[in-house]
Amino acid sequence: MTAMLEMRGVSKSFAGVQALRDVNFSVQAGQIHALVGENGAGKSTLMKVLSGVYPHGSYEGTIVFDGEERRFRDINDSEALGIIIIHQELALIPLMSIAENIFLSHPPSQLGVIDRDEVYRRTRELLAQVGLKESPDTLITDLGVGKQQLVEIAKALSKRVRMLILDEPTASLNEADSAALLERLMKFREQGIGSVLISHKLNEVAKVADHITVLRDGRTVDGIDCRTEQVQEDRIIRSMVNRDLAHRFPERSAKIGEPVLKVENWSVYHPIHPERQVIKNVNFGVRRGEVVGIAGLMGAGRTEFAMSLFGRSWGTNITGRIRLEGNEIVLPSVAAAIDAGLAYVTEDRKQLGLILADDVRKNITLASLDQVAPGKVIDDIAELKVASDYRNRMRIRCSDVYQETGQLSGGNQQKVVLSKWLMTDPKVLILDEPTRGIDVGAKYEIYCIINELAEAGRGVVVISSEMPELLGICDRICVMNDGAFVGEFAGHEATQEKIMRAIMRNERNNGNGVPEAAEMGGLQP
Amino acid sequence: MTDKTVSLPEERRHTGFIKNNLRNYGMLMSLIAIMLFFQVMTGGTLLQPLNLTNLVLQNSYIVIMALGMLLVIVTGHIDLSVGSVAGFVGAVAALLMVTYKVDYTVAFIACLLLGAAIGAAQGYWVAFFGIPSFIVTLAGMLVFKGLALAVLQGQSLGPFPPTFQKLSSGFIPEFLPEAGTLHPTSLLIGAVLALGLVYASAKSRSREQSHGIEVEPYAFFLGKSVVLACAVLYFTYLIATYRGLPNVLVIMSALIALYGFVTRRTVIGRQIYAVGGNAKAAKLSGIKTERLTFFTFVNMGVLAALAGLVFAARLNTATPKAGLGFELDVIAACFIGGASAYGGVGRVGGAVVGAMIMGVMNNGMSILGIGIDYQQVIKGLVLLGAVCIDVYNQRR
Repeated sequence: MTAMLEMRGVSKSFAGVQALRDVNFSVQAGQIHALVGENGAGKSTLMKVLSGVYPHGSYEGTIVFDGEERRFRDINDSEALGIIIIHQELALIPLMSIAENIFLSHPPSQLGVIDRDEVYRRTRELLAQVGLKESPDTLITDLGVGKQQLVEIAKALSKRVRMLILDEPTASLNEADSAALLERLMKFREQGIGSVLISHKLNEVAKVADHITVLRDGRTVDGIDCRTEQVQEDRIIRSMVNRDLAHRFPERSAKIGEPVLKVENWSVYHPIHPERQVIKNVNFGVRRGEVVGIAGLMGAGRTEFAMSLFGRSWGTNITGRIRLEGNEIVLPSVAAAIDAGLAYVTEDRKQLGLILADDVRKNITLASLDQVAPGKVIDDIAELKVASDYRNRMRIRCSDVYQETGQLSGGNQQKVVLSKWLMTDPKVLILDEPTRGIDVGAKYEIYCIINELAEAGRGVVVISSEMPELLGICDRICVMNDGAFVGEFAGHEATQEKIMRAIMRNERNNGNGVPEAAEMGGLQP
Repeated sequence: MTDKTVSLPEERRHTGFIKNNLRNYGMLMSLIAIMLFFQVMTGGTLLQPLNLTNLVLQNSYIVIMALGMLLVIVTGHIDLSVGSVAGFVGAVAALLMVTYKVDYTVAFIACLLLGAAIGAAQGYWVAFFGIPSFIVTLAGMLVFKGLALAVLQGQSLGPFPPTFQKLSSGFIPEFLPEAGTLHPTSLLIGAVLALGLVYASAKSRSREQSHGIEVEPYAFFLGKSVVLACAVLYFTYLIATYRGLPNVLVIMSALIALYGFVTRRTVIGRQIYAVGGNAKAAKLSGIKTERLTFFTFVNMGVLAALAGLVFAARLNTATPKAGLGFELDVIAACFIGGASAYGGVGRVGGAVVGAMIMGVMNNGMSILGIGIDYQQVIKGLVLLGAVCIDVYNQRR
């Protein structure tokens, strides 16, 4: 059988960071091809190249579809050939009906007037095909995530799909919905539709895939033909994570002291779906001078946990106890958390960390203005001195502290955010994905800063999806999955395989799926 | 940080400086150009002492409200109700002072409190309930326009006690012997103000310099100071040759200085800009974003009330039509002055200059006999043009 799609030697880099290196990838008609790999391995990037989100010319390599080389300028070009991508964050309009969403871009019409009867007739057909028993009139907002996923697929079918790309389709589905969706995929296989399934759930992958490709650091590292070989999850995990760790982490000698932060029986519910428990009665602690990592997949609840601790800035119905240096404290607001000595560096520095239109100086002093403002009047010279001081200490590369933070590189922006929180003189610092989108050199600098913080006797918590990073810098790693801690390893005995296994074991056991990643803005490389 | 700039050739430094500050001074230049234009077109009428005094009196309430509106716009909101609120407060003031003969000080304070309460009522929905300010204040606009009508029962109410009228139509008392039509006290105040301004900026410049901060080139500083001092002196001289400084100009200047200080130098001012720049980041930095938004609306209510009192005192009567359309001039003043509709950006000085541009145009066009119809067309185009230039400058 000849391949329907073949991608040859695809490479792509972002501002010096190599996201894909010489990747070969092919899909045949009537095949389910699973693409697995860690967060940031390049799965989504590869699919964005394929679908034309990254247009021809912005990558190297060739795409051959139906035996012809294709040069997609945008997503419309790939859709015209029947290559349809369904993103993890669903792209439906909540306050429109199913029918309106399915035929949003190309409603059957005459002279620009939408033919409603035709829309409804075809919507019913499509819904029957995907096995969704809902009226075409139902609003998207009234559907659960599982059903929304099916609407997306129906939408894809309406465009005469030849190849369907699903990015983590079951991440937010429960077991029954997941099973139904996978069943659907197998039906499509019979109809000759090729599918690419990106998933972290190896049991699902093993169940439906005809072929598995493992990506790591932007390279294809393993290919398994499931019809001829027995699928071993261990082998996949090893391929996913096995890599040279002897790089890029500064030496550190930990001097770990008494506990500084202790969290007991912490439980948080979802703010929009208050019946959903996102953090499930967890216990957690950090000692002075200790760097604790929290590992987990996207949407495991790590960010939600951190933000709920930080003055209840996420979630509702939060219960549990926080002890700081042995004293029980209540943190009803962010201001209270800062005063108590907590700092939280957000994962999304542009949306949540910085005021991009303001200069470096204003951003650094924002959380501790009172230090430079006796009597609530800002002493601009004192402010300037503090800001310049941090600029030198953290080696923030900017023309001067009056430069807009929006003009700085990712690494320097992150240093501005770190400066802001250091200025509050925290006892415990929670860093959420502190090196995301930062080049290797700047990463090293951030690791050095983390070391310095710990050496100064602060407790540091690092949330990261990059496991090598956690292994490289942490004294202890806690593994979170589905809102609970499912494993804990001392830094020297932790391995990526152990962490992955802890997650996978838990995934299989509760079969509930990972909580919604889209809610907090999932990771896309 | 200074070494890099010092090493640049003098000439390039200057052009760089001009470019960087074009945005800050651009509107001021426009104001001066517009004033010169009308000065010439009206054959010198614009800057005649009588007209200049009138210009100040006519625009005082717009400037006062623009100060509050700027803060509201900086937080990323808008207040459409200010005109109606000003009219309503004027009506209540008339009811208290004329109908019920309440002492004018008591009535004055009561009216400001009423403004604060109105601002609080609207700010509550915006800040704590998250209802878009456009909608809340559109509702407020209707409500208070209606209430003003109801309070006045469709009639005009006046006249006000003479002392209250002084708020708008009074001039500062003369302590020194008058020399013909010249009011020396006013001129003296102008001179002191001019010297004070120059002294203050020289002091802050040398303070910055002593800490190694990059400052504007000396020639610029000198030029700017001389121009500023001369401008202040010249305008006070003009005004002093008529009847001296109007009370309302004194109030207005004090408010401009106060709000300029609050926005640039205080914690609360900085936090207001942070909320407008990125509310989520501000919140995660421990800023009580809702409370700040609420207070900007309370503040707006108080200033709208003050403007309503000034306007009522100027007309010496409260009419159901008072305040009609003020909100448009006020909002336009802020945007012409460089405030961003997305929040986080805007200066007090800009809003004041914007208000003056609107005022000078109103006044100049009226003198030229341009009908109210085309006046509006021209004002609209100026607003659009000013914002276009601003957007264009930002894109560069």
